[in-house]
Amino acid sequence: MVTEKKTKKPIRRINCKRITSAVKKLFIEANTVLETDVIAALKQSCEREESITGKQVLEKILENADIACKNKMPICQDTGLAILFVEVGQDVHIVGGDLRAAIEEGVRQAYAEGYLRKSVCDPLSRENTGDNTPAIIHIDIVAGNQIKIIAMPKGGGSENMSAAQMLTPAAGAEGIKKFVVEKVAQSGANPCPPVIVGVGIGGSLEQACILAKKALLRPLVSENNNTNERLAQMEKELFARINELGIGPAGLGGRVTALAVNIEMMPCHIASLPVAVNIQCHVARHKEIKI
Amino acid sequence: MTKPRQIQTLLTDEVIASLHAGDMVLLSGEVYTARDVAHRRLYDALERGEKLPIDLKTSVIFYAAPTPTPPRKIIGSIGPTTSYRMDFFTPRLIENGLKGMIGKGMRSPEVVAAIQKYKAVYFGGIGGIAALTARCVKKVELVAYEELGPEAIRMLTVKNLPVVVINDSEGKDLYEEAQRNWQLRRQ
Repeated sequence: MVTEKKTKKPIRRINCKRITSAVKKLFIEANTVLETDVIAALKQSCEREESITGKQVLEKILENADIACKNKMPICQDTGLAILFVEVGQDVHIVGGDLRAAIEEGVRQAYAEGYLRKSVCDPLSRENTGDNTPAIIHIDIVAGNQIKIIAMPKGGGSENMSAAQMLTPAAGAEGIKKFVVEKVAQSGANPCPPVIVGVGIGGSLEQACILAKKALLRPLVSENNNTNERLAQMEKELFARINELGIGPAGLGGRVTALAVNIEMMPCHIASLPVAVNIQCHVARHKEIKI
Repeated sequence: MTKPRQIQTLLTDEVIASLHAGDMVLLSGEVYTARDVAHRRLYDALERGEKLPIDLKTSVIFYAAPTPTPPRKIIGSIGPTTSYRMDFFTPRLIENGLKGMIGKGMRSPEVVAAIQKYKAVYFGGIGGIAALTARCVKKVELVAYEELGPEAIRMLTVKNLPVVVINDSEGKDLYEEAQRNWQLRRQ
Protein backbone atom coordinates (compact mmCIF):
# COMPACT_ATOMS: atom_id res chain seq x y z
CA MET A 1 0.00 0.00 0.00
CA VAL A 2 1.34 3.33 -1.11
CA THR A 3 0.19 5.34 1.90
CA GLU A 4 1.74 2.92 4.34
CA LYS A 5 5.04 3.03 2.47
CA LYS A 6 5.09 6.82 2.71
CA THR A 7 4.49 6.86 6.44
CA LYS A 8 7.04 4.13 7.08
CA LYS A 9 10.00 6.49 6.77
CA PRO A 10 12.51 5.55 9.41
CA ILE A 11 12.84 7.81 12.41
CA ARG A 12 15.83 10.09 11.91
CA ARG A 13 17.97 11.05 14.84
CA ILE A 14 19.22 14.63 14.85
CA ASN A 15 21.65 15.76 17.51
CA CYS A 16 21.08 19.06 19.28
CA LYS A 17 24.67 20.05 18.54
CA ARG A 18 23.81 20.26 14.84
CA ILE A 19 20.85 22.48 15.63
CA THR A 20 22.96 24.81 17.77
CA SER A 21 25.66 25.16 15.14
CA ALA A 22 23.10 25.71 12.37
CA VAL A 23 21.34 28.45 14.34
CA LYS A 24 24.64 30.15 15.11
CA LYS A 25 25.68 30.14 11.46
CA LEU A 26 22.27 31.39 10.26
CA PHE A 27 22.24 34.42 12.55
CA ILE A 28 25.81 35.46 11.75
CA GLU A 29 25.17 35.11 8.02
CA ALA A 30 21.76 36.79 8.08
CA ASN A 31 23.26 39.79 9.85
CA THR A 32 26.18 40.23 7.48
CA VAL A 33 25.02 39.01 4.06
CA LEU A 34 21.88 40.54 2.56
CA GLU A 35 19.92 38.00 0.49
CA THR A 36 20.11 38.35 -3.29
CA ASP A 37 16.35 38.94 -3.64
CA VAL A 38 16.56 41.99 -1.35
CA ILE A 39 19.58 43.33 -3.28
CA ALA A 40 17.70 42.81 -6.55
CA ALA A 41 14.60 44.58 -5.19
CA LEU A 42 16.75 47.51 -4.00
CA LYS A 43 18.44 47.77 -7.41
CA GLN A 44 15.06 47.74 -9.14
CA SER A 45 13.73 50.39 -6.77
CA CYS A 46 16.77 52.54 -7.54
CA GLU A 47 15.62 52.63 -11.15
CA ARG A 48 12.05 53.45 -10.14
CA GLU A 49 13.04 56.27 -7.80
CA GLU A 50 12.32 59.73 -9.18
CA SER A 51 13.87 61.80 -6.38
CA ILE A 52 17.62 62.44 -6.65
CA THR A 53 18.05 62.28 -2.89
CA GLY A 54 16.01 59.09 -2.81
CA LYS A 55 18.23 57.53 -5.45
CA GLN A 56 21.36 58.54 -3.52
CA VAL A 57 20.00 56.95 -0.34
CA LEU A 58 19.27 53.71 -2.21
CA GLU A 59 22.79 53.71 -3.65
CA LYS A 60 24.22 54.12 -0.13
CA ILE A 61 22.07 51.22 1.08
CA LEU A 62 23.45 49.01 -1.71
CA GLU A 63 27.03 50.16 -1.08
CA ASN A 64 26.60 49.39 2.62
CA ALA A 65 25.35 45.87 1.90
CA ASP A 66 28.41 45.30 -0.25
CA ILE A 67 30.85 46.59 2.39
CA ALA A 68 29.16 44.59 5.15
CA CYS A 69 29.35 41.40 3.11
CA LYS A 70 32.99 41.85 2.08
CA ASN A 71 34.15 42.81 5.58
CA LYS A 72 31.86 40.38 7.42
CA MET A 73 30.35 43.29 9.35
CA PRO A 74 26.76 43.63 10.50
CA ILE A 75 24.69 45.43 7.83
CA CYS A 76 22.86 47.32 10.57
CA GLN A 77 23.90 48.00 14.17
CA ASP A 78 20.50 46.69 15.23
CA THR A 79 21.23 43.00 14.82
CA GLY A 80 17.79 42.32 16.11
CA LEU A 81 15.68 40.23 18.34
CA ALA A 82 16.30 36.62 17.29
CA ILE A 83 13.09 35.28 15.76
CA LEU A 84 12.93 31.68 14.52
CA PHE A 85 10.41 29.61 12.63
CA VAL A 86 11.22 25.95 13.14
CA GLU A 87 9.47 23.10 11.36
CA VAL A 88 10.20 19.75 12.94
CA GLY A 89 9.37 16.67 10.89
CA GLN A 90 7.28 14.23 12.91
CA ASP A 91 9.70 11.45 12.01
CA VAL A 92 12.61 13.23 13.67
CA HIS A 93 13.95 12.17 17.04
CA ILE A 94 15.95 14.98 18.61
CA VAL A 95 18.77 13.62 20.75
CA GLY A 96 21.51 15.05 22.93
CA GLY A 97 19.41 17.69 24.65
CA ASP A 98 16.40 19.95 24.51
CA LEU A 99 15.36 21.60 21.21
CA ARG A 100 14.62 25.04 22.64
CA ALA A 101 17.78 25.07 24.71
CA ALA A 102 19.81 24.07 21.63
CA ILE A 103 18.32 26.96 19.66
CA GLU A 104 18.93 29.46 22.46
CA GLU A 105 22.54 28.28 22.68
CA GLY A 106 22.95 28.86 18.94
CA VAL A 107 21.63 32.41 19.33
CA ARG A 108 23.96 33.00 22.30
CA GLN A 109 26.99 31.81 20.35
CA ALA A 110 26.09 33.78 17.22
CA TYR A 111 25.70 37.06 19.08
CA ALA A 112 28.87 36.53 21.17
CA GLU A 113 31.22 35.15 18.54
CA GLY A 114 29.77 37.11 15.62
CA TYR A 115 30.21 40.46 17.42
CA LEU A 116 26.49 41.12 17.07
CA ARG A 117 24.74 43.59 19.34
CA LYS A 118 22.82 42.22 22.30
CA SER A 119 19.51 44.03 22.08
CA VAL A 120 17.28 42.14 24.51
CA CYS A 121 16.28 43.51 27.91
CA ASP A 122 13.87 43.12 30.80
CA PRO A 123 10.75 45.06 29.74
CA LEU A 124 10.41 46.88 33.06
CA SER A 125 13.91 47.33 34.49
CA ARG A 126 15.34 47.65 30.92
CA GLU A 127 18.34 45.60 32.08
CA ASN A 128 20.06 43.87 29.16
CA THR A 129 19.97 40.08 29.35
CA GLY A 130 23.54 40.15 28.02
CA ASP A 131 23.37 37.41 25.41
CA ASN A 132 20.45 38.37 23.14
CA THR A 133 18.26 35.61 24.56
CA PRO A 134 15.51 34.67 24.97
CA ALA A 135 14.80 34.13 21.29
CA ILE A 136 11.26 34.13 19.92
CA ILE A 137 10.81 30.55 18.72
CA HIS A 138 7.79 29.37 16.71
CA ILE A 139 7.79 25.58 16.42
CA ASP A 140 5.56 23.61 14.07
CA ILE A 141 5.33 19.86 13.73
CA VAL A 142 5.16 18.90 10.05
CA ALA A 143 5.36 15.76 7.92
CA GLY A 144 8.76 14.31 7.09
CA ASN A 145 12.05 13.59 8.79
CA GLN A 146 13.86 16.88 8.49
CA ILE A 147 14.11 20.04 10.53
CA LYS A 148 13.76 23.38 8.77
CA ILE A 149 15.04 26.44 10.59
CA ILE A 150 14.38 30.01 9.50
CA ALA A 151 16.38 32.63 11.37
CA MET A 152 15.07 36.17 11.25
CA PRO A 153 16.91 38.89 13.17
CA LYS A 154 14.27 41.61 13.51
CA GLY A 155 15.16 45.22 14.20
CA GLY A 156 13.25 47.20 16.83
CA GLY A 157 12.63 50.34 14.78
CA SER A 158 10.43 48.68 12.20
CA GLU A 159 8.82 46.30 14.70
CA ASN A 160 7.74 49.35 16.74
CA MET A 161 5.78 50.67 13.75
CA SER A 162 3.77 47.45 13.47
CA ALA A 163 0.22 47.01 14.74
CA ALA A 164 -2.78 44.72 14.93
CA GLN A 165 -6.45 45.56 15.04
CA MET A 166 -9.67 43.59 15.39
CA LEU A 167 -11.82 45.16 12.66
CA THR A 168 -15.53 44.53 12.30
CA PRO A 169 -16.59 42.27 9.44
CA ALA A 170 -18.42 45.35 8.07
CA ALA A 171 -15.05 47.09 7.58
CA GLY A 172 -14.25 44.52 4.90
CA ALA A 173 -11.41 44.69 2.41
CA GLU A 174 -11.59 48.50 2.28
CA GLY A 175 -11.16 48.69 6.06
CA ILE A 176 -8.13 46.43 5.86
CA LYS A 177 -6.51 48.50 3.12
CA LYS A 178 -7.18 51.75 4.98
CA PHE A 179 -5.58 50.32 8.15
CA VAL A 180 -2.47 49.13 6.31
CA VAL A 181 -1.89 52.39 4.42
CA GLU A 182 -2.50 54.41 7.61
CA LYS A 183 0.11 52.43 9.54
CA VAL A 184 2.75 52.98 6.88
CA ALA A 185 1.83 56.69 6.52
CA GLN A 186 2.07 57.26 10.27
CA SER A 187 5.43 55.54 10.53
CA GLY A 188 7.14 58.00 8.17
CA ALA A 189 10.92 57.82 8.37
CA ASN A 190 10.89 55.81 11.62
CA PRO A 191 11.12 52.22 10.32
CA CYS A 192 13.93 52.91 7.78
CA PRO A 193 12.06 52.98 4.47
CA PRO A 194 11.92 51.55 1.87
CA VAL A 195 10.03 48.97 3.89
CA ILE A 196 8.48 45.61 3.25
CA VAL A 197 4.92 45.48 4.52
CA GLY A 198 3.75 42.14 5.89
CA VAL A 199 -0.01 41.85 6.31
CA GLY A 200 -1.85 39.09 8.17
CA ILE A 201 -5.60 38.80 7.69
CA GLY A 202 -7.87 36.48 9.65
CA GLY A 203 -7.22 33.81 12.26
CA SER A 204 -7.21 35.19 15.78
CA LEU A 205 -5.37 38.15 17.27
CA GLU A 206 -2.06 36.29 17.66
CA GLN A 207 -2.48 34.31 14.43
CA ALA A 208 -2.94 37.49 12.39
CA CYS A 209 0.38 38.75 13.79
CA ILE A 210 2.15 35.48 13.00
CA LEU A 211 0.74 35.54 9.45
CA ALA A 212 1.98 39.12 9.03
CA LYS A 213 5.45 38.08 10.16
CA LYS A 214 5.48 35.02 7.91
CA ALA A 215 4.45 37.25 5.00
CA LEU A 216 7.82 39.01 5.42
CA LEU A 217 9.63 35.78 4.61
CA ARG A 218 8.36 35.56 1.05
CA PRO A 219 11.15 36.18 -1.49
CA LEU A 220 11.01 39.61 -3.14
CA VAL A 221 10.84 38.52 -6.76
CA SER A 222 8.05 39.59 -9.06
CA GLU A 223 7.31 36.07 -10.24
CA ASN A 224 6.67 35.16 -6.64
CA ASN A 225 3.31 36.90 -6.54
CA ASN A 226 0.60 35.69 -4.26
CA THR A 227 -1.03 32.58 -5.72
CA ASN A 228 -4.35 33.74 -4.29
CA GLU A 229 -5.75 36.02 -6.99
CA ARG A 230 -7.76 38.18 -4.55
CA LEU A 231 -4.70 38.74 -2.38
CA ALA A 232 -2.42 39.36 -5.35
CA GLN A 233 -4.81 42.12 -6.41
CA MET A 234 -4.89 43.62 -2.92
CA GLU A 235 -1.08 43.52 -2.71
CA LYS A 236 -0.84 45.36 -6.01
CA GLU A 237 -3.27 48.04 -4.93
CA LEU A 238 -1.63 48.54 -1.52
CA PHE A 239 1.81 48.69 -3.13
CA ALA A 240 0.62 51.48 -5.44
CA ARG A 241 -1.11 53.43 -2.67
CA ILE A 242 1.84 53.19 -0.27
CA ASN A 243 4.26 54.33 -2.95
CA GLU A 244 2.09 57.39 -3.55
CA LEU A 245 2.65 58.56 0.04
CA GLY A 246 5.92 60.28 -0.88
CA ILE A 247 7.80 59.20 2.27
CA GLY A 248 10.64 57.86 0.15
CA PRO A 249 14.01 56.29 1.03
CA ALA A 250 15.08 57.28 4.58
CA GLY A 251 11.90 59.40 4.72
CA LEU A 252 13.57 62.16 2.68
CA GLY A 253 10.83 62.18 0.06
CA GLY A 254 10.40 60.08 -3.05
CA ARG A 255 8.65 57.39 -4.99
CA VAL A 256 10.03 54.32 -3.21
CA THR A 257 8.42 53.92 0.22
CA ALA A 258 7.84 50.15 0.01
CA LEU A 259 9.78 47.38 -1.74
CA ALA A 260 6.85 44.99 -1.44
CA VAL A 261 3.51 44.31 0.22
CA ASN A 262 2.98 40.66 1.12
CA ILE A 263 -0.31 39.33 2.48
CA GLU A 264 -1.11 36.03 4.18
CA MET A 265 -4.68 35.11 5.03
CA MET A 266 -6.72 32.41 6.77
CA PRO A 267 -10.35 32.05 7.86
CA CYS A 268 -11.48 33.72 11.06
CA HIS A 269 -14.42 33.77 13.52
CA ILE A 270 -17.77 34.96 12.11
CA ALA A 271 -17.64 37.90 14.53
CA SER A 272 -14.12 39.05 13.69
CA LEU A 273 -11.85 40.51 11.07
CA PRO A 274 -8.35 40.49 12.58
CA VAL A 275 -5.66 42.34 10.66
CA ALA A 276 -1.99 42.79 11.50
CA VAL A 277 0.69 44.87 9.82
CA ASN A 278 4.29 43.90 10.41
CA ILE A 279 6.75 46.40 9.02
CA GLN A 280 10.21 45.31 7.94
CA CYS A 281 13.02 47.79 7.28
CA HIS A 282 15.07 47.62 4.08
CA VAL A 283 17.64 45.46 5.88
CA ALA A 284 15.31 42.49 5.43
CA ARG A 285 17.25 39.62 6.94
CA HIS A 286 16.32 35.97 7.02
CA LYS A 287 18.18 32.76 6.27
CA GLU A 288 17.03 29.19 6.33
CA ILE A 289 18.47 25.71 6.43
CA LYS A 290 17.14 22.19 6.28
CA ILE A 291 18.79 19.59 8.45
CA MET B 1 19.83 68.76 -3.38
CA THR B 2 22.60 70.97 -2.07
CA LYS B 3 26.30 70.20 -1.93
CA PRO B 4 27.22 68.93 1.55
CA ARG B 5 28.67 71.45 3.96
CA GLN B 6 31.49 70.47 6.26
CA ILE B 7 30.63 71.30 9.85
CA GLN B 8 32.82 70.89 12.91
CA THR B 9 31.62 70.39 16.49
CA LEU B 10 31.22 72.07 18.92
CA LEU B 11 28.17 73.68 17.37
CA THR B 12 28.31 77.44 17.92
CA ASP B 13 25.23 79.68 17.72
CA GLU B 14 26.52 81.07 14.42
CA VAL B 15 26.81 77.61 12.87
CA ILE B 16 23.36 76.60 14.13
CA ALA B 17 21.79 79.77 12.73
CA SER B 18 23.32 78.96 9.35
CA LEU B 19 21.89 75.43 9.20
CA HIS B 20 18.56 75.00 7.42
CA ALA B 21 16.21 72.05 7.02
CA GLY B 22 17.34 70.15 3.94
CA ASP B 23 21.04 71.06 4.21
CA MET B 24 23.37 68.13 3.61
CA VAL B 25 26.13 68.15 6.21
CA LEU B 26 29.37 66.26 6.72
CA LEU B 27 29.83 66.43 10.47
CA SER B 28 33.23 66.16 12.12
CA GLY B 29 34.31 66.31 15.74
CA GLU B 30 33.11 64.84 19.01
CA VAL B 31 29.63 63.41 19.55
CA TYR B 32 28.21 61.38 22.43
CA THR B 33 26.22 58.21 21.87
CA ALA B 34 23.14 57.93 24.10
CA ARG B 35 19.80 56.23 23.63
CA ASP B 36 16.86 55.00 25.69
CA VAL B 37 18.20 54.05 29.12
CA ALA B 38 21.01 56.63 29.07
CA HIS B 39 18.40 59.32 28.39
CA ARG B 40 16.30 58.15 31.33
CA ARG B 41 19.37 58.35 33.56
CA LEU B 42 20.48 61.79 32.35
CA TYR B 43 16.95 63.10 32.78
CA ASP B 44 16.56 61.67 36.27
CA ALA B 45 19.95 63.09 37.28
CA LEU B 46 18.85 66.55 36.10
CA GLU B 47 15.56 66.20 37.99
CA ARG B 48 17.49 65.39 41.16
CA GLY B 49 19.89 68.26 40.59
CA GLU B 50 22.87 65.92 40.28
CA LYS B 51 25.98 66.50 38.21
CA LEU B 52 25.85 64.72 34.84
CA PRO B 53 28.59 62.33 33.76
CA ILE B 54 28.86 64.27 30.47
CA ASP B 55 29.08 67.95 29.67
CA LEU B 56 25.86 68.79 27.86
CA LYS B 57 26.89 72.36 27.06
CA THR B 58 27.14 72.74 23.26
CA SER B 59 27.19 68.96 22.92
CA VAL B 60 25.86 66.70 20.18
CA ILE B 61 24.13 63.39 20.98
CA PHE B 62 24.01 60.58 18.44
CA TYR B 63 21.09 58.23 19.16
CA ALA B 64 23.08 55.08 18.57
CA ALA B 65 24.40 51.89 20.09
CA PRO B 66 27.10 50.15 18.04
CA THR B 67 27.71 46.45 17.61
CA PRO B 68 30.67 45.16 19.67
CA THR B 69 34.09 46.16 18.36
CA PRO B 70 35.89 43.23 16.75
CA PRO B 71 39.65 42.84 17.28
CA ARG B 72 41.82 45.41 15.49
CA LYS B 73 38.84 47.61 14.63
CA ILE B 74 37.90 51.05 15.95
CA ILE B 75 34.20 50.25 16.25
CA GLY B 76 31.61 47.75 15.05
CA SER B 77 28.66 48.80 12.87
CA ILE B 78 26.87 51.96 13.96
CA GLY B 79 23.91 54.03 12.84
CA PRO B 80 20.99 56.09 14.09
CA THR B 81 18.10 54.62 16.05
CA THR B 82 14.56 56.09 15.89
CA SER B 83 14.48 59.40 17.74
CA TYR B 84 10.90 59.73 19.00
CA ARG B 85 11.63 57.47 21.95
CA MET B 86 13.95 60.18 23.28
CA ASP B 87 11.34 62.93 22.81
CA PHE B 88 10.12 62.80 26.40
CA PHE B 89 13.62 63.55 27.73
CA THR B 90 14.93 65.83 25.01
CA PRO B 91 13.48 69.29 25.86
CA ARG B 92 15.04 68.97 29.35
CA LEU B 93 18.44 68.18 27.82
CA ILE B 94 18.16 71.04 25.33
CA GLU B 95 17.34 73.44 28.17
CA ASN B 96 20.58 72.32 29.73
CA GLY B 97 22.76 73.05 26.76
CA LEU B 98 22.38 70.17 24.28
CA LYS B 99 22.82 71.69 20.82
CA GLY B 100 22.68 68.87 18.32
CA MET B 101 21.00 65.49 17.91
CA ILE B 102 21.53 62.82 15.28
CA GLY B 103 18.83 60.20 14.79
CA LYS B 104 16.12 59.16 12.38
CA GLY B 105 12.41 59.85 12.22
CA MET B 106 10.20 62.72 13.24
CA ARG B 107 10.23 64.55 16.56
CA SER B 108 7.40 65.67 18.83
CA PRO B 109 6.05 69.24 18.73
CA GLU B 110 7.68 69.78 22.16
CA VAL B 111 11.12 68.85 20.80
CA VAL B 112 10.66 70.96 17.67
CA ALA B 113 9.65 73.92 19.89
CA ALA B 114 12.67 73.43 22.19
CA ILE B 115 14.98 73.26 19.16
CA GLN B 116 13.61 76.61 18.01
CA LYS B 117 13.54 78.27 21.42
CA TYR B 118 17.02 77.27 22.53
CA LYS B 119 18.61 77.34 19.05
CA ALA B 120 19.56 73.73 18.53
CA VAL B 121 19.47 71.40 15.49
CA TYR B 122 18.22 67.88 14.73
CA PHE B 123 20.11 65.95 12.09
CA GLY B 124 18.81 62.83 10.37
CA GLY B 125 21.13 60.04 9.43
CA ILE B 126 20.32 57.14 7.14
CA GLY B 127 19.27 54.05 9.06
CA GLY B 128 20.53 50.64 8.03
CA ILE B 129 23.87 51.66 6.50
CA ALA B 130 25.85 50.93 9.62
CA ALA B 131 28.90 49.31 8.02
CA LEU B 132 29.38 52.43 5.92
CA THR B 133 28.74 54.82 8.81
CA ALA B 134 31.33 53.00 10.95
CA ARG B 135 34.02 54.26 8.56
CA CYS B 136 33.36 57.82 9.74
CA VAL B 137 34.27 56.92 13.33
CA LYS B 138 37.92 57.60 14.10
CA LYS B 139 37.99 57.16 17.87
CA VAL B 140 35.74 55.70 20.59
CA GLU B 141 35.95 56.35 24.29
CA LEU B 142 33.66 54.92 26.96
CA VAL B 143 32.36 57.83 29.03
CA ALA B 144 29.54 56.68 31.33
CA TYR B 145 27.13 53.90 32.31
CA GLU B 146 29.42 51.06 31.19
CA GLU B 147 26.99 48.55 32.73
CA LEU B 148 24.45 49.41 30.02
CA GLY B 149 26.58 47.55 27.47
CA PRO B 150 25.59 48.74 23.99
CA GLU B 151 23.54 51.55 25.55
CA ALA B 152 26.51 53.03 27.47
CA ILE B 153 27.48 56.62 26.69
CA ARG B 154 30.51 56.77 24.43
CA MET B 155 32.40 59.71 23.01
CA LEU B 156 32.94 59.26 19.30
CA THR B 157 35.33 61.30 17.21
CA VAL B 158 33.77 61.35 13.76
CA LYS B 159 35.04 62.59 10.44
CA ASN B 160 32.64 63.64 7.67
CA LEU B 161 29.60 61.84 9.07
CA PRO B 162 26.88 62.37 6.41
CA VAL B 163 23.68 63.78 7.92
CA VAL B 164 20.79 66.00 6.82
CA VAL B 165 19.27 68.88 8.77
CA ILE B 166 15.71 67.78 9.61
CA ASN B 167 14.63 70.36 12.21
CA ASP B 168 16.37 73.73 12.23
CA SER B 169 16.41 76.63 14.68
CA GLU B 170 13.70 78.39 12.67
CA GLY B 171 11.19 75.62 13.29
CA LYS B 172 11.30 74.03 9.84
CA ASP B 173 10.87 70.26 9.34
CA LEU B 174 12.44 68.51 6.36
CA TYR B 175 10.39 65.29 6.58
CA GLU B 176 7.16 67.27 6.30
CA GLU B 177 8.52 69.47 3.53
CA ALA B 178 10.02 66.63 1.50
CA GLN B 179 6.81 64.60 1.55
CA ARG B 180 4.66 67.64 0.75
CA ASN B 181 6.95 68.79 -2.07
CA TRP B 182 7.03 65.33 -3.59
CA GLN B 183 3.25 65.12 -3.59
CA LEU B 184 2.86 68.64 -5.00
CA ARG B 185 5.31 67.84 -7.77
CA ARG B 186 3.21 64.84 -8.77
CA GLN B 187 -0.06 66.71 -9.01
